[in-house]
Amino acid sequence: METKTVELNLCGLALSDYKGKPSTLCPGCGHNSIAAQVQNAVWELGLPPEKYVKLSGIGCSSKSPNYFLDRSFGFNGLHGRMPTLASGACFADASIHILGFSGDGDTASIGMGHFKHVIRRNVPMTYIIENNGCYGLTKGQFSATSDQGLVLKHHGVNMLPPLDMCMEALISGATFVARAYSGDTKQLKELIKAAISQRGIAIIDVISPCVTFNNQDDALQSYTWGRENEAPLHDFKHYSSREAIDRDDFAPGTYREIKMDNGTYIVMKKLDKDYDPTDRNAALDLLTESYKNKYFATGLIYFSEAQETIQDLYNLPDEPMNRMESERLRPTKAMLDEINRSLR
Amino acid sequence: MFDLNKITYEGEGPIVNEFCLATCTVNGSGSATANQILYRTLFHMGIPTSGKNIFPSNIKGLPTWFVIRASQKGYTGRLPYDDIVVAMNQVTFEKDMTYLPSGGVVFYADHLKLPDELNPELIYYPMPIKDLIKQTDVPRKLVSFMENMLYVGIIGQVLRIPLEDLHNTIYDHFSSKPKIAESNFNMVKLGYEYAQENLEKKDRFETKKLAPMEGYILTDGNNAGGLGALFGGAQYCSWYPITPATSLVEAMIGQVDRIRRDPVTGKTTCVILQVEDELAAVGAAVGAGWGGLRAMTATSGPGISLMTENIGLAYFAEIPLVIWDVQRVGPSTGLPTRTAQGDLSMLYFLGHGDTSHIILIPGTVTECFEFGWKSLDLADRYQTPIFVLSDLDLGMNQWITKKFEYPNKPIDRGRILWEKELEELEVWGRYMDLDGDGIPRRTVMGNQSPRAAYFTRGTGHNVYGNYSEDPKNWSEVLGRIGKKLRSAIPNLPGPIIRKAKEEADIGIIGMGSTDDALRETQEKLAEIGIHADYMRIRSLPSNTTVREFIASHSRCYVMELNRDGQLCEILSLEVSEYSEKLISISEIGGMPMTAVWAIDEIVKRERKVGGSGN
Repeated sequence: METKTVELNLCGLALSDYKGKPSTLCPGCGHNSIAAQVQNAVWELGLPPEKYVKLSGIGCSSKSPNYFLDRSFGFNGLHGRMPTLASGACFADASIHILGFSGDGDTASIGMGHFKHVIRRNVPMTYIIENNGCYGLTKGQFSATSDQGLVLKHHGVNMLPPLDMCMEALISGATFVARAYSGDTKQLKELIKAAISQRGIAIIDVISPCVTFNNQDDALQSYTWGRENEAPLHDFKHYSSREAIDRDDFAPGTYREIKMDNGTYIVMKKLDKDYDPTDRNAALDLLTESYKNKYFATGLIYFSEAQETIQDLYNLPDEPMNRMESERLRPTKAMLDEINRSLR
Repeated sequence: MFDLNKITYEGEGPIVNEFCLATCTVNGSGSATANQILYRTLFHMGIPTSGKNIFPSNIKGLPTWFVIRASQKGYTGRLPYDDIVVAMNQVTFEKDMTYLPSGGVVFYADHLKLPDELNPELIYYPMPIKDLIKQTDVPRKLVSFMENMLYVGIIGQVLRIPLEDLHNTIYDHFSSKPKIAESNFNMVKLGYEYAQENLEKKDRFETKKLAPMEGYILTDGNNAGGLGALFGGAQYCSWYPITPATSLVEAMIGQVDRIRRDPVTGKTTCVILQVEDELAAVGAAVGAGWGGLRAMTATSGPGISLMTENIGLAYFAEIPLVIWDVQRVGPSTGLPTRTAQGDLSMLYFLGHGDTSHIILIPGTVTECFEFGWKSLDLADRYQTPIFVLSDLDLGMNQWITKKFEYPNKPIDRGRILWEKELEELEVWGRYMDLDGDGIPRRTVMGNQSPRAAYFTRGTGHNVYGNYSEDPKNWSEVLGRIGKKLRSAIPNLPGPIIRKAKEEADIGIIGMGSTDDALRETQEKLAEIGIHADYMRIRSLPSNTTVREFIASHSRCYVMELNRDGQLCEILSLEVSEYSEKLISISEIGGMPMTAVWAIDEIVKRERKVGGSGN
């Protein structure tokens, strides 16, 4: 009998150790492919699933964390409030990486305020927007990222212009802003690995078709549109170390290499144009152009050196706060006596 | 109905240590320090005193009052009238004097325009504030502050407060700034000496030093609550500013660096984070509580309205956190700077679907401290949101209160399973009732056991946390949560019962900051032959002591500060078999309860039923 060897990652786990429950989303849903790429990316990065938590809001997107990383704690919270959960949970154990999952309804509408503020606070996390340009779970209403003029079955023509979540992220001060397409699984996986490697908040706006309500060929979030119009900014790859970079792939002067805070590397090979993601003005121009001309640019749109995170602003002990012995949390009786004296 | 004309000062000679004094100023003029000095001095003289700040929702320029009630008998609740008015505000001058009964005293800044007709029944002392200040070299920008210190000196002298005591209080108050202490005291002294030489004592009010109030401190409930949380090991407080809860978190901010440094590493062990709104404040606290931190937030009624959805989630997903509601007057924006007890029903049933919550109700500042730490233990133990229901009167006013007692038991983190404990369990599910008391055992993020993780959700779930629409799973999980909360009842702070001196047929029931008024009510009713036992509720759901109290009286008057008698309604549900014994008496206008009102309302009803008071 032939025995198949199971490939193991750095911590000795198989890809199946990172799986979740079977998906209950529609067959063909773009979110299922995101789920698969999160599983792949986390496995490839080589840390055990216990080193991650999955937070989400409400909607199809926010159900998806159930379909990967069963061994990671998950919290499917309230509509639009996922960033607030992260703002508390990030202090419980700073060694745990937060993966946040949200949708366009969850982030661009009901949770827009929290989205901006969680970026402003720089809560260390990977924030993935599964953006299908409509409300799926409530059956096909327009969302705040639906294209102007979009026609949906029960709602006619969308009269309002869309919001661009990468633009929102960029002007809120995010240091890692990417756009991906769930049909381009290769790039998506590499971007997720890079986002997890960023210190601080990393935003990926993943255009992810809703096969049931918003997959007409001319819809900007459809598979057809994506397949025909996606324009990757670079050939984007993430490497666990400098040594791992396959030099044969990259001729001198054709690529850009960035060392991430956790010692890993991203390499961006030049494609049609020479786009520099570390130039904030270039990023603004790119997004303005994308918005105006329906130019579906994907990849790393903006990157800057990690800034202080919310955790850095507090002088916290190195060990996890949630494991601290209770005795260390209570001031002494002498301190209370002194307070009592001062209030005489 | 209260009738000012019926207030008379009996007998002759000095009325010692029994008066209500209102300083009437303009907010933002720096009168707070002057009033504090006066109040603290009375405290240092051993005289039971309360100080209530009646202030507008405004920063500068509107009328504000500081009302001091000194009472040797210990009656420090609010009075519906004043004995002494200190008039510093032209705008309210005439109206302020209408709160004085015949024989009442007016100290007035003599640059104020006097009304055309002066009430001849009142006693007047002019205060030449502007003239006196001219004799000094006070810098222009400090003039209004110093004017206030002048009235402290003048009133002090007329009320026979020893100058030495004022001196000590001032130097104590400004202990780190002796120069400022000196200039303030010089003003007080100037006023004092002016009064000594120019004002003939015409009124009967006097102070007299008593034995020092050992074991008591002077502070407000928000300071106490914030400190209580820090002593309770709070590790995370996310919040959004709102009157009158803000100063609770500010109290934490003021002390956290000093008293919450880790003894091992010297680093901080408590994160305080101001966020974008109340939804985020509670959401972040839910995230922290879920992550295994001792988490809390503090807000007022409008904030609770915004937090409701998240609190329902925390209830159903069984996440520990503490929420302080320092009540102001609602509905809507209401009266942001006035007090009420109108959030009780909202908290009790807060959230859609089947919810019910544990509410702790401190009635004294010392209890604010105690419930500050206890609430965190209860939250961790029962894995549910715990409310602490205070109010503006308790939270923002200064009270003479018993000194804070150090927590008498170690911090309780409840049932948290780390790797080792989990290994010892053959069967475990996040929402299983393994101990038979409805309280599950929980794991938190960071636990490295492959068995530790589960998926927290506000949707229907089974005992493993997995999504389920099975009716059996729904009723099992929700039923167990109900059982869990019932199992908490014996461990909640029970009611405090103050028996009447004689056998009593009737009861008085109250909660929270009305304690002073209701104790006074109980004693004064006894003087006219109405004997009532008094029970102060300190938590809900109520326990068997509450039931027995109601059962053992013919009728119980439930006294509270809201329109519909919310406490009475809840007790009627909880103790439904005796609900006919509960009589609701409530009022709401934004002011603290007075014994005068409470006595009036009870006597009226007792007369009708031909009760003991006839």
